[in-house]
Amino acid sequence: MNISFNPWVWVAAFLTLSMMSFLYKDNIFYKIGEHIYVGSSAAFMLIYLWYFDVKPKLVDGFMYNTGINKWILIIPALLSLFMLMRFIRPVAWISRWAIAFTVGMGSGLGITGLLQGFLVPQIKATFLPLYVHGSNTLMSIYLSLNNILMVIGTLSAIVYFYFSKEHTGPVKKISQVGITFIMVAFGASFGYTVMARISLLIGRVYFLLHNWLGLV
Amino acid sequence: MRDFLRKAGNIDRRVIYLIIFLAVALTILFKIRFKSTPLPEVKRSYEIINSLPAGSVVMFSIDYDASSMPELDPMLRAMLRHCFEKNLKVIMLGHWPLGLPLGQIALEDVARQYHKKYGVDYVFLGYRPGLQAVMLNLGKEIRSVFSTDYRGTPLDSLPMMRGVHNYNDIAILVGLEAGSVGDMWVQFANARFNQKIILGSTAVITPDLYPYLQAGQIVGLIGGLRGASDYEELVNHPAIASAGMASQTVVHVLIILLILLGNIGYFATRRGK
Repeated sequence: MNISFNPWVWVAAFLTLSMMSFLYKDNIFYKIGEHIYVGSSAAFMLIYLWYFDVKPKLVDGFMYNTGINKWILIIPALLSLFMLMRFIRPVAWISRWAIAFTVGMGSGLGITGLLQGFLVPQIKATFLPLYVHGSNTLMSIYLSLNNILMVIGTLSAIVYFYFSKEHTGPVKKISQVGITFIMVAFGASFGYTVMARISLLIGRVYFLLHNWLGLV
Repeated sequence: MRDFLRKAGNIDRRVIYLIIFLAVALTILFKIRFKSTPLPEVKRSYEIINSLPAGSVVMFSIDYDASSMPELDPMLRAMLRHCFEKNLKVIMLGHWPLGLPLGQIALEDVARQYHKKYGVDYVFLGYRPGLQAVMLNLGKEIRSVFSTDYRGTPLDSLPMMRGVHNYNDIAILVGLEAGSVGDMWVQFANARFNQKIILGSTAVITPDLYPYLQAGQIVGLIGGLRGASDYEELVNHPAIASAGMASQTVVHVLIILLILLGNIGYFATRRGK
């Protein structure tokens, strides 16, 4: 046993155990940990935004740039001030201009990004040959089956979300195949989620046993 | 028997938490290990980085924070080890301000182990808000977003950065993702600038990233603790992820048993009614 003498390791161990204590029931130690986390995260975020964004891009930019590069910074500075107007009731409406700018820019980038980077490539990736010639018969069957499953899965899942026609007859049959594929996807997601949550526990337990208690 | 099954189906959740905790702790304490074969997508990521000529630039994006550290920090360290071993240059930036210091700690730690010099072998750029705008501008000129590194040193003063201007000068972008930033990298850096991307992700979002791999929009995918463990094995440096995988295996078996027990208890009780 090689217990740590670093006070910060002890603080981290105390906070870890405090947060875990919530599993038994809500208590004062959990509340302390929770409040420290919220407070320190907010403070950290504020400092980070100042040093990595407002200061270098706006303050320093205005002080050291020349010409158009200097004066164009008035626009983001004004938009930031407009955003803060939300807190002054008589002029709160001005904040909508800043919000309109961010919503407009976000939508523009989001729509083009989704179309170009997600929708089109993903549709393209489902245009697959239903027969693939592999290095041997078994490989050909495996690759072909893979592609057939992919095409059937995509089409039937789309049919499941097609609500303009009542799900009866063949549409119902196809949508039932679709929901089966969707359930398999949910199952995979659930399995991965369990793995993720256990990984977090492993990380903390390893910290307690290794960094704090020095048992491993 | 029915009474036992009824009780088994209604175990107090706190007992389950304790069992899971003990299973994890004991597996780590007794250093139990299971052998596993690296997943093809992880092996592919390893081979891509392995095939890069010395001096190539690899950009790491830290898009996670402390809550995802157990999965992504071992992955980052294993990949950094690989990069420095191969004498690749590393640029680090990120879109999760709360997680960036974690990336910086890992970078400096691994760089120290390989006697790498700041500005010559690796650079830490830090954070800029507006992720889509940052990604798009990186494709034109890195200096338009990061005129200086995190210390305020102009990029041209750093020897490593003199020839690095945009995605054309970056061999591989490695995004370590706990949220949706990975999708943005694919949509903006890959779709618009054809940047080769490897994504390392938490297990929660890994299933959402497989379609990108299947469509060829990313060249590699390292998912969760399993992916991190595979990469550690591939670089011959088993560490915390490899140690944790045994706990994963034990806990997964336990969870399956508990699900079975819960269902048997439920059906036994229902039949009794």
